[in-house]
Amino acid sequence: MPETYPAPANAAEGVAMMRVNVKILRFDPEKDRKAHWETYPVEAQAGDRVLDVINHVKWYLDPSLTFRRSCGHGICGSDAMLINGRNRLACKTLLRDVAKDGGTITVEPIRGLKVEKDLLVDMEPFFDSYRAIMPYFINESPPPPAERLQSPEQADRMAHSSNCILCACCTTSCPIFWVNGSYLGPASIVQAHRFIFDSRDQATPQRLNIMNQNTGVWRCRTAYNCTEACPRDIPITTIIEEVKRAVMYQQA
Amino acid sequence: MHHRYDVLVVGAGGAGLMAALYAAKGNVSVACISKLYPTRSHTGAAQGGIGAALGNVAEDHWEWHMFDTVKGGDYLTDQDAAEIFSKDIIEAVYELEHMGLPFSRTPEGKIAQRKFGGHTREFGKAAVERSCYAQDRTGHMILQTLYQQNVKAGTTFYNEFHVTDLIIENGRCCGVVAYHLASGEIHTFHAKAVILAAGGYGRVYKITSNALTLTGDLMSIYYRKGLPLEDMEFYQFHPTGLAKLGILVTEGIRGEGGILRNADGERFMERYAPTIKDLAPRDIVSRSIITEIREGRGVGRDKDAVHIDLTHLPREVIEGKLAEITDLARTYLGQDPVKDLVAVQPTAHYAMGGIPTDINGLCFADGNGTNVEGLYAAGEQACVSLHGANRLGTNSLGDLIVFGRRAGIFAAEYARQAAYPEMPENPERDSVEMLSRLKNASGKDNSAVIRKELQESMMNNVGIFRNGPDMEKQVEIIKELKDRYKNVGVSDPSIRYNSELIEAMELGFMLDCAEAATASALNRQESRGAHDREDYPERDDQNWLKHTMAYKDLNQNDHVLIGYKEVALKGYTRAFEPKPRVY
Repeated sequence: MPETYPAPANAAEGVAMMRVNVKILRFDPEKDRKAHWETYPVEAQAGDRVLDVINHVKWYLDPSLTFRRSCGHGICGSDAMLINGRNRLACKTLLRDVAKDGGTITVEPIRGLKVEKDLLVDMEPFFDSYRAIMPYFINESPPPPAERLQSPEQADRMAHSSNCILCACCTTSCPIFWVNGSYLGPASIVQAHRFIFDSRDQATPQRLNIMNQNTGVWRCRTAYNCTEACPRDIPITTIIEEVKRAVMYQQA
Repeated sequence: MHHRYDVLVVGAGGAGLMAALYAAKGNVSVACISKLYPTRSHTGAAQGGIGAALGNVAEDHWEWHMFDTVKGGDYLTDQDAAEIFSKDIIEAVYELEHMGLPFSRTPEGKIAQRKFGGHTREFGKAAVERSCYAQDRTGHMILQTLYQQNVKAGTTFYNEFHVTDLIIENGRCCGVVAYHLASGEIHTFHAKAVILAAGGYGRVYKITSNALTLTGDLMSIYYRKGLPLEDMEFYQFHPTGLAKLGILVTEGIRGEGGILRNADGERFMERYAPTIKDLAPRDIVSRSIITEIREGRGVGRDKDAVHIDLTHLPREVIEGKLAEITDLARTYLGQDPVKDLVAVQPTAHYAMGGIPTDINGLCFADGNGTNVEGLYAAGEQACVSLHGANRLGTNSLGDLIVFGRRAGIFAAEYARQAAYPEMPENPERDSVEMLSRLKNASGKDNSAVIRKELQESMMNNVGIFRNGPDMEKQVEIIKELKDRYKNVGVSDPSIRYNSELIEAMELGFMLDCAEAATASALNRQESRGAHDREDYPERDDQNWLKHTMAYKDLNQNDHVLIGYKEVALKGYTRAFEPKPRVY
């Protein structure tokens, strides 16, 4: 290891740097019986992403640090983490918004899914819930030679719910999901909404039936955690309420 | 662990998911393996749209699209591929809509279309609305929709499996070897046909729009077999990445009327492309921006960016049709496109080159038409070559759909009549060796440091403008980095989820891609499309209207052999003769 470390990603001369202590909840199943905190001092720019900071830890301080990441700008949904006690994407959170110079940020895995190693959790139960809502377009009538028509207003009804990137920030911030893992959770309801409110889709009754089961929308207690956690600004609680109304009146 | 499928798809972005869907329709067993979860693939980062001559907003024809694609590619585009593409993409976009893709709509309820760089009516007369879009998250919607359709079809996925080797025996592909991140186990996948669709290698550059995972793994593995990579000197720099970060800002913002301005506030593209101005193809706009910066008209602290100006557009257009980039500019730069000028600079974006294939996706083993039996490739990984020397905006999404589908169809057709090829004894031997060498390496070199040096040097020496001396220097730098890579250390001994091991392995793949790209660029003594040689400023059709094929010399370390392949200068019914490229 070199004595002096290169500065993180977008550091440049003449830019104010800040010092932060990055406190990360570590767990290695091959040697730890339980999770423990490790703190890494890092010098970084105020405008750096938290992802830049933890990449810096991995690349230059402790290469065993494990987490998922890919696109680095909030579209792939890989790097959901609990940062300063709130679910966020590490690549969409700027250091200056979560720390002061000389301060500390805490980074933990998202809650309610089994921790496999450090910040990396088992995503299979999350995707099982996703698959349970029939997350695919259904219209068995023969398609026209060109597109099926849909008005801009009809398209607008699913503009929010189709924006979901399946990062799990919402579901793993939901207190009901923490207590009862069989609850399909906010992300799956958002996905169901995307099809229920699609004027072209023909499987609304089946989907409403899934939403009406005891693992569905009625578990929601409108805690609003999901809405606050969503890195895509999807009004999730409102969407869940729309699905509840659709279930009640059996129509979208 | 040993698995067996008729058709195996590597990669779960747009091309891989389309290939998997279509292979399954061919009544064969199919599995798709990805080093990510499918929905994390970088197709999701595409923003502006998918080009198809639907004519929903203005008159359009496939011939115009074909012409634009060929001219955009600076006549290195294979015209048979361009003709198939321009026709097939029309019906393929309707198919995406039938799969439920939530496109933005015209007032009549049709798929909405907007202008995009290099897409014109009547063979170059003026910009035309050809890009079919879903706000500015078209790639996201394509990725989600294709994943949904694969869930519906019951496709088998192996997520977080890193391919470490391709098994090719006597010119016939027999399967792949992969490392399972969760367990640390090596799996072999025996297959009648394999489709490679694992994306590009943009991470060899410092400033890039590419995901951290785009490290050219499969291109490198192909190249390590002594098989060729085609046209690696053609690498696209997207003109507008967020300053310093490289995060993509869609060309759709210029399609909607956004204007590039220099430090003087001048709309400088008027000087470089008088007819279509800000909607010139990407290679031209990127060069124009760098020229402005070099001549002292850049903006920002380091004067290394220019501004994109949307402030004259209505708030509803910006926050509605361009919601994604509005959020990105606000989040990362604290600049609000509704009232602020946004600082942008060119960012490494897309490999025109890659694994050479015929129009059905079947891989070429040389420049003379010899195939690798049972091996297919599609998407950015492949070079069909639709994009020639410069890809037009929106044609990457189209490429994934049209050629991903073709690869799926033809791989399934082949697999239906083929027997399982005989696997060599101990197919995982080389992979086990590579991984244990990396894991047991006690070297002092840090892969992050080597990677950073590679990224910075590639940016400086094989960037938008290139010249012989810089690239000769880069050849030496890559040799030195490869030497140090042999001595790289992996300190994490764990078996499960060893991401340090993965990053070290990916660095090896990146070094190969950089080596092939640099050698190809140094060899081509002309300027064409995205390849701009300061020491050879003119296009030279006499000597260079041909594809480059770069081979790793298996008998001599760090040596690259260069061959060539003919350009298809005619389509099936149309042909466009090379002409000077002005816009």
